[in-house]
Amino acid sequence: MQIERSATQFDTDELVINMGPQHPSTHGVLRLVLRLDGERVVDADVVIGYLHRGIEKLSENRDWTQIVLLTDRMDYVAAATNNLGYCETVEKLLQLEVPRRARYIRTILSELQRLASHLVWLGTHAMDIGAVTVFLYCLRERELILDLFEEYCGARLTYNSMRVGGLPIDLPPGWDRKVREICDIVDAKVVEYEQLLTQNRIWLERTREVGVISGVEAVAMGFCGPPLRASGVARDVRKDEPYAAYAEFAFDIPIGARGDTYDRYLVRLEEIRQSTRIVRQALDGLPEGPVLGKVPRLIKPPAGETYHAIEAPKGELGFFIVSDGKSISPYRFRVRPPSFCNLQVLPRLVRGHLVADVVALIGTIDIVLGEVDR
Amino acid sequence: MIDTVIVTLVQIAVLLVGLLAAVAYLVLLERKVQAWVQVRLGPMRVGYHGILQPVADILKLVIKEDITPARADKWIYTLSPIIVLVPALIVFAVIPFGTSVTLLGVTIPLYISDLNVGLLYITAVASLGVYGLILGGWSSNSKYPLLASLRASAQLISYEVAVTMTLVSMILMAGTLSMVGIVEAQRAFQLPFSGRTGLWFIFAQPVAFFIYFVGGLAETNRAPFDLPEAEQELVGGFHTEYSGMRFALFFLAEYANMIVISAVATTLFLGGWLRPFPNVAWLGFLDWVPGWAWFIVKTFAFLWVFLWVRATLPRYRYDQLMRLGWKFLIPLAIANVMVTAALVVLL
Amino acid sequence: MDQPAAPKPPSAPSPPAEPAGAPPAPTAAPAPAPATAAAAPSTPVAADAAPTPRPAPARPPAARPEAKAGAARPEPKAPPPPPGPPDPPPPADVAAPSFITALQAAFPGVGTVTYWVGDWTVIVPADRLIEVGRWLRDTSETAFDYCADLTAVDWPMRAPERFDLVYCLYSVPHRFRLRLKVRLADQAEAPSVTGLWPAANWFEREVFDMFGIRFTGHPDLRRILMPEEWQGHPQRKDYPLEGPGELLLEDPQEWLKLRNAAREADFD
Repeated sequence: MQIERSATQFDTDELVINMGPQHPSTHGVLRLVLRLDGERVVDADVVIGYLHRGIEKLSENRDWTQIVLLTDRMDYVAAATNNLGYCETVEKLLQLEVPRRARYIRTILSELQRLASHLVWLGTHAMDIGAVTVFLYCLRERELILDLFEEYCGARLTYNSMRVGGLPIDLPPGWDRKVREICDIVDAKVVEYEQLLTQNRIWLERTREVGVISGVEAVAMGFCGPPLRASGVARDVRKDEPYAAYAEFAFDIPIGARGDTYDRYLVRLEEIRQSTRIVRQALDGLPEGPVLGKVPRLIKPPAGETYHAIEAPKGELGFFIVSDGKSISPYRFRVRPPSFCNLQVLPRLVRGHLVADVVALIGTIDIVLGEVDR
Repeated sequence: MIDTVIVTLVQIAVLLVGLLAAVAYLVLLERKVQAWVQVRLGPMRVGYHGILQPVADILKLVIKEDITPARADKWIYTLSPIIVLVPALIVFAVIPFGTSVTLLGVTIPLYISDLNVGLLYITAVASLGVYGLILGGWSSNSKYPLLASLRASAQLISYEVAVTMTLVSMILMAGTLSMVGIVEAQRAFQLPFSGRTGLWFIFAQPVAFFIYFVGGLAETNRAPFDLPEAEQELVGGFHTEYSGMRFALFFLAEYANMIVISAVATTLFLGGWLRPFPNVAWLGFLDWVPGWAWFIVKTFAFLWVFLWVRATLPRYRYDQLMRLGWKFLIPLAIANVMVTAALVVLL
Repeated sequence: MDQPAAPKPPSAPSPPAEPAGAPPAPTAAPAPAPATAAAAPSTPVAADAAPTPRPAPARPPAARPEAKAGAARPEPKAPPPPPGPPDPPPPADVAAPSFITALQAAFPGVGTVTYWVGDWTVIVPADRLIEVGRWLRDTSETAFDYCADLTAVDWPMRAPERFDLVYCLYSVPHRFRLRLKVRLADQAEAPSVTGLWPAANWFEREVFDMFGIRFTGHPDLRRILMPEEWQGHPQRKDYPLEGPGELLLEDPQEWLKLRNAAREADFD
């Protein structure tokens, strides 16, 4: 910087800072262009598309069973949930009945994914705010869950664990006992995380009153999932439009009061506890029977379209699938990713906050770029 | 006269070597302690359980390519790490590790110099380090380091006020600015309502200790006050553009500052080279441990708490950090000085 | 099949595109599998030679030679491309829910109601969309305050109204779901619903990016998933799966230079 530019240096013009796409805390390839006035953010422009792989167009050239593989790669932190959403949508198009045992196991897998996803969220969020140790602790528990999945379907990240009409394989022996043990461990560890963070004065100062959004505005702007519930709106697809076996279990939906980052944190922690509750109920009531329903050898839903949504850990994951009745591929495959919808609220949340809060807010929305970009 | 020069030179040599080795191994210790807290092991491969890791690190930093940004101010860019490191090292000239030791018939005092204004010297020299920080960020000619160095300098200056106030209370307690004098004052301290002598000042001045500890964390840019170098936000802070040996100097300077803060805290609050409970007679059997060993153990304990805090606590945001320094610590420190002054007069 | 044989690569004996997902042979024409009766009369670029993109058709069912052991089978006919969504009316034994009857009462004769596997859809003309949307959002019996999804479907055979804009609405207080469909011609512009549901902002950007449908009144209509200087709209049926082909892959270095020149970030 030469001396003769000092006049412009002390100008009160806005500073434009670019965060990403390679940045330690943007959780993937996300680019934020921030306009700062000193330390305050005046505006933020979110640039996505760095991980766009064209899953929607690819699906128009794959048959209905192969698309399960593609759905794994969207929200790769919680892959079985994407599988479930897709399979349920196709089953809705086919008006197919899924055996009860398969529905129970799907619920268990889905809730285990919610645990895994929230653990990653908690670890990365805490790490962004500075509490590095929580990240390692959460990943330690997530390893246990990934081991469970590896035992069930052979993969740790992209499971391909469901099929249209049920599941490809039944549970291995002894798996349910391991799941129970892991639920106990996770419940005990959540107490530890709370001790580290919930009453920690620094955590409270970093997350209270940061990114406040009211319930009405949240609904209008398209928030879904835990951020919406933290703003006081009692909306959860598992309760509103039950799918899989959720109608048969008793569980609560945590609702926040203020809609700030601290409430989003509390809501997700409570969801972890409720997930273990659901898994235990499912294991207790697991019926016998087949795990795959009567599926035609070649899946060809009759011509028509449908939209079906499930509650992924990040929010409402919706699939809009159009079948033309004759082809072995869908005519149009559209995913409505929760992270995409939540991310568009980020500029509104970030306005007026400091640069340090931007990182906290990206973390609190809980995005996975695979889902945002597809 | 020649032997005092030789003795001094030997002292300086031993101190520098020991200090640099201590700084290097402190880096390893931090990685190990953080790892153990985080349910993992830390460096394990280089040497037995990673004991040679600092050697590998220094070697790596020395052989790295020396990059200077195209439009950086070359002289200041090179000088800044030096300006940060040198004050951290020369502070040790007045820190007493013990009384003295006799080797080969020569009595060697375990401090390089007993300046009668030792504490003032420490405060003055330590503040010089801030210049290096600011100049480093500015001379990199890049947005992120500039922002970070501005933040860092504001943080350091604010917390220096609180820390210096604390030192004033200690001066009131001890009645002298000399570091050796302060330790002696702790040994000779008359407990008010009993006849015994000898008390670590941490028990007499717990508030001052607390302020000093928090201020020390902020002075060294350690968590929870490490925003200037938080990778998650500003990539590398003021040393983003530095690499190789220059970066190594910044790095060493940070850890050397930690040792400075710990050593000064040990001298002022934890009794320097005094054994625990110097006022309790039946614990006299502890005297077989030499004073400098006590000093090192206490400094080490202090450093351990530094590392522990880093592994546990989240990070303060910048405005919260400034608010804590100005609106909480400084009034508390001033109040502490006034109460101390009153008590010293009355008792 | 009365196709021009030229665009059709050798298919059944060694089908270039296996359903297992292997990419088609690079020397073959960009589009996989037999071309359909697709040289769609509505699209002006249709039955041209190699460089222009060709329709990505549906795959014939049993294209694998090993499917039937050894028997020589006549080449299967590809199914003709679908003319449009069936949009069936509700069957007589399904009672219309309250929001449908209220909508029909408030806007008599405006929309067509369809029903399929439990989903209710109303097809409205584009010029009534904002009005109907506003009514649905503001009336307390319907209260569709949540725009769950906004997407488009390309039916090139249904020219001129080629696109189907689909609005998936949800009512948080009542838990109703409703889809609104708007049929749109190729260069037509749709009204933007971001004034009604701000959630539609990025959805509309994605529809513009993927389909090329412009929205009047959108605050910031630009590409979202593809790079900003991208040409073409990938999700259209006449856009090939592999991308625009040799036009862009001619010299990737040139393309990179062009892009980076436009995007010089100010890092002083």
